Amino acid sequence: MKRDIILAGVGGQGILTIATIIGLAAVERGLQLKQAEVHGMSQRGGDVQSHLRISDRQIHSDLIPEGRADLIISIEPMESLRYTSFLAPDGWLIANKKPFVNIPNYPDFELVWKQIEELPRSILIDADKLAREVATGRSMNIVILGASSPFLPFELSEFEHAIETIFSRKGEAVVTQNVAALRAGRAFAEERNLAMQ
Amino acid sequence: MKRMLLLGDEAIAQGALDAGLSGVYAYPGTPSTEITEYIQRSKEAHERGVHSLWSANEKTAMEAALGMSYAGKRVMTCMKHVGLNVAADGFINAGITGANGGLLVVVADDPSMHSSQNEQDSRFYGKFALVPVLEPANQQECYLATQYGFDLSEKYGTPVMIRITTRLAHSRAGVELGEPRAENELTLPADKRQFVLLPSIARRNYQSLLGKQAAFEEESEQSPLNAYEDADNRSLGIIACGIGYNYLMENYPDGCPHPVLKIGQYPVPRTMVKRMLDNCERVLVLEEGAPMLEEQIRGLMDATYNISGRLDGVVPRAGELNPNIVAQALAMEIQPGMEKPQIVQPRPPELCKGCPHIDSYNALNEALSDLEPGRVFSDIGCYTLGALEPFNSINTCVDMGASITMAKGAADAGLFPAVAVIGDSTFTHSGMTGLLDAVIENTPITVMIVDNETTGMTGGQTSSARGKLEDICKGIGVPEDHIIVVEPLRKNHEQNIDVIKRELYHRGVSVIIERRECIQTAVVSIKLAKEAKAKKEENA
Repeated sequence: MKRDIILAGVGGQGILTIATIIGLAAVERGLQLKQAEVHGMSQRGGDVQSHLRISDRQIHSDLIPEGRADLIISIEPMESLRYTSFLAPDGWLIANKKPFVNIPNYPDFELVWKQIEELPRSILIDADKLAREVATGRSMNIVILGASSPFLPFELSEFEHAIETIFSRKGEAVVTQNVAALRAGRAFAEERNLAMQ
Repeated sequence: MKRMLLLGDEAIAQGALDAGLSGVYAYPGTPSTEITEYIQRSKEAHERGVHSLWSANEKTAMEAALGMSYAGKRVMTCMKHVGLNVAADGFINAGITGANGGLLVVVADDPSMHSSQNEQDSRFYGKFALVPVLEPANQQECYLATQYGFDLSEKYGTPVMIRITTRLAHSRAGVELGEPRAENELTLPADKRQFVLLPSIARRNYQSLLGKQAAFEEESEQSPLNAYEDADNRSLGIIACGIGYNYLMENYPDGCPHPVLKIGQYPVPRTMVKRMLDNCERVLVLEEGAPMLEEQIRGLMDATYNISGRLDGVVPRAGELNPNIVAQALAMEIQPGMEKPQIVQPRPPELCKGCPHIDSYNALNEALSDLEPGRVFSDIGCYTLGALEPFNSINTCVDMGASITMAKGAADAGLFPAVAVIGDSTFTHSGMTGLLDAVIENTPITVMIVDNETTGMTGGQTSSARGKLEDICKGIGVPEDHIIVVEPLRKNHEQNIDVIKRELYHRGVSVIIERRECIQTAVVSIKLAKEAKAKKEENA
């Protein structure tokens, strides 16, 4: 078993929280893990990505080779497309629908969405809206994790446990909200019957 | 056995703590910052009283570390690759003095320049200083290399460099911890002149250092960080340095069919290298950084062996390695996914919303609007982003402190007005001495210190300049009526332009301190205050 995941977004959007939750679930299972992060200059509103690799075998490279990622999980639609060269032929791309516009030449939203939806295996999810419905807007990254969860080798309860561990410091309410966000994202993916076999 | 999920940086920090570290000295710099931050956060380090406060720059850090080593304790100094340039004087001479307590110099290189001005390879510095260099390939080796490095340092009385690169520094993996050991007692060097580099003593010490080189090489031959893995297919042999080894093995999940020499310790183990060269028809060298080893093997005349690497273009000459580059160098087929769609636009980093530098640059741009452009010398920090749209405010960014000195040189050449833009932390790192040069000659330059009261770009570390800037400038000799503090806010825009314009045309040194807290640290302090208040109410 191995999963190679590219996490994408814009600096400050919180891709590392997703990485931490998946990472914790992997560690609890006793799996191997490597996670390359971006620190420093690009964090200031630039494009950021993290390579997250989990496996039951030894992982050598901290970086995922091109054409091998099982998943691209992106908090921002255009950013999900930046890394398509990494996606394996049978890989899935899960992206938030809401654009983060901080450049003057951001492409037409419809074109970006169309490009994602035309991929053979993709989920475009309005995570901000879903998050506001079940929790607060801030949990949108957890909604995206929920929508990605059918493609990850973990039970939903394992992610819930990880969320509890990570957010318990911030109080019961924050844990409950994030668990709700996780479930909402999961339900969205399941409704579309998209679980990878 | 305890297992932790650690960045390469953090594994070095935890390894050093477990190996009996008494102090870390550092100035923040990507990708090295997290080493020191880990020790600052460590409860155990706090209880033990391990020194971990930030130094003013890498040179002061290096020298303080050497002082702690003099006093017999184990100490580490950490920096990014260009920081070693700043610390080079102390570093090279520490090779000559030697160490007493274990002395580790940890340098994090940044090939591909993710957050840097160049991609210099620190292994050259290690060779230059004639000291052993360790290059761990993974997080576990980062952890082990610290204790091993301290032991090596104390065995030979020499500083030891640990060199890592961005991808290891900032990648997380499971690390198994060993048994912690005690710190050293305070013990002064037996030879009370060992650290006095008068020529006569330096010559003696240098001979002693030269005399250790054969032993250093023998240590490399025996090192747990170096390994010769033989295999049947000798049409090719591969020398893989540091994390180059990981990318190689990624391409051979069931084991490499060719002999592999994994290198993680220098000086280069020549016997191992020779074995590979004599046994393989061709040798590929994979190095994360410059072709240092490749050059050494080829030699000046490049005649004897069939070698490939960065120098013959089989591996690109510049930039970091990755699994695909290595696959190409091995002539393997790679099948990348879909090409990036053309609609995807670059998204460069930018100043944060609400950043004080935005207001500073808006005012500066307007103050300079009726002059020919090209007169703003800047420096290293978040404000370097002022070079990009929409500001286009600055014309130089070279090294820490170069804003003031370059403005001075240009002013000496006749450029007037000439402006330097420098951050508070960069100013105390390397700007103060340049300001002194300008004051001595009363050079007509306007120095704008953009004081966000923190070291912003690396994540908001304490700035040595905090609360001291006016006094420092006064002490250096800037006239008091030309030290002006303004608050970069939109509501002050017009009056700030007036201040800048007035000082621009002053025929002497002036300093304008643009003081407003970094928006990132401000948000954090507001949040912390809120949390503290909530907790207090909860308790009441």
